[in-house]
Amino acid sequence: MDKETYLKPLFKGNPITVLVLGICSSLAVTVQLKGALVMALSVTLVTAFSSLFISLLRNTIPNRVRIIVQLVVVAMFVILIDQALKAFSYDTSKMLSVYIGLIITNCIIMGRIEAFALGNKPWPSFVDGAFNGLGYGMILIIVAFFRELLGSGTLLGFQIIPASWYIENGGWYANNGLMILPPMALILLGCVVWVHRSIDKELQEQ
Amino acid sequence: MMDYINIFIKSIFVENMVFSFFLGMCSYLAVSKNVKTATGLGLAVIFVLGITLPLNYVLYEYVLKAGALAWLSPSLASVDLSFLSYIVYIAMIATFVQIVEMFVEKFSPGLYSSLGIFLPLIAVNCAILGGSLFMQERGYSNVGEAFTFGLGSGIGWFLAIVAMAAIREKLAYSNVPKPLKGLGLAFIITGLMGIAFMSFMGFQL
Repeated sequence: MDKETYLKPLFKGNPITVLVLGICSSLAVTVQLKGALVMALSVTLVTAFSSLFISLLRNTIPNRVRIIVQLVVVAMFVILIDQALKAFSYDTSKMLSVYIGLIITNCIIMGRIEAFALGNKPWPSFVDGAFNGLGYGMILIIVAFFRELLGSGTLLGFQIIPASWYIENGGWYANNGLMILPPMALILLGCVVWVHRSIDKELQEQ
Repeated sequence: MMDYINIFIKSIFVENMVFSFFLGMCSYLAVSKNVKTATGLGLAVIFVLGITLPLNYVLYEYVLKAGALAWLSPSLASVDLSFLSYIVYIAMIATFVQIVEMFVEKFSPGLYSSLGIFLPLIAVNCAILGGSLFMQERGYSNVGEAFTFGLGSGIGWFLAIVAMAAIREKLAYSNVPKPLKGLGLAFIITGLMGIAFMSFMGFQL
C-alpha cells in the first residue's frame, strides 16, 4: 500500500466533494460541532468494519443477492453504534435522531464496498474504508465549525465570541440565525466544493 | 379526514424530504441532470415509499414495538424488539424493491427499460429508510396515516427532483465560474430552493 491509499480519499477522491456520496445523512447533523464529530466517528467505524467484513466474505457471497448481504452487514454495525450511543451518550443519540439509522443507506459505505472491498484483500479494504470515513468526517467538521461559530457563537458548546460583544449586552454583534437553518448547510457545502475545485483545477467539470 | 390532509400537505411542503431533511440527496444530485429521467426516478420513489411505509408500520406495530407481540401469546408481552428495527426495515425495503424489479421486468419490459436502472438504486435511497424511521419516531396512529405520510413525502421528493432537473437543464447554457460548475452550483441552488420552501413553515391547516 502506498501513500495514495491514505491521501486519495481525503482530497482528490473525497467522498463528499468529489464522488458526491453520503450527502444524505451528513448535512442535518452539522448545526453543532459535537454532532458532526460523533457522526464522523460513527461513519468511519461503520465504513471501516463493514469493508473489512465484506472483504473477508467476498468469495462466498453470491452475486445476485450481494446488495442484501451488504445491507445486513452494515445494518449490524449501525445497530451496535446506535445501542452504544443510547447507553453511553443519550443526549447525543436524541440529537442525531434518525440520522444514525440512516448511516445504513449512506452511499459512501455501499459505494466503497461495491467499488473496493468486493475485489480487494481485507487489510487494504479496512484502510480504504477508514480513510473514506475520515474524508467524509473532515468535510462534516469544516461545515459544522462555521455553522456553530457563526450561528451560535460557540464551539463544542463553549462560548467563543465574547458575551460583551452582543447587542443585548451593549455591544455590536448578533448571531447569524440563517446559519442554523438547514439550507445553509448546503450553501456552505457548495462553497467548500468551490474552494476545493479552485485549488485543484483537475476536478473542475467541463 | 383533516388529519390526513394535514399530514399529506405537511409532508409535501413543510417537511419536504430533500429541503428540510436532506434525505435522498445522493440520487437527487446524480439523477437531476435532465427532466425525463428525474421524473422516472421520482415516480419510482413515490411508489416504493407509498408501499413500504405502511408495510413497515404494520411490522413495527405488531412485531417490533415494546409489547407488540402480546397478540401472539400474553407471555410475550414484555418482549421489546425495537432495536432490530433498522435491520428489519432495510431488509423489507430491499426485498420489496427486488420483488418489484422482478415483476416489472416480467410484465412490463417497456417500463423496466425506462425505470429499471433506478429501481435497484432505490433500496439504498435514504429517503425510503428515512421515511420509515420518521414514521417510527413520530408514532402515527394507524396504517392510513402512515400511508398518507409515505405518499406525501414521495410526492415532495418528486417535486424537488423535477424542479431541480428543470433548473439544471437551463443552467447548462449559462456561464458560471469554472470551479463552481456542476456540483458546487447544484448544492447552492438546492440551498436557495430550501430557503424558498421554508416559507411554508408554520403552515397550519
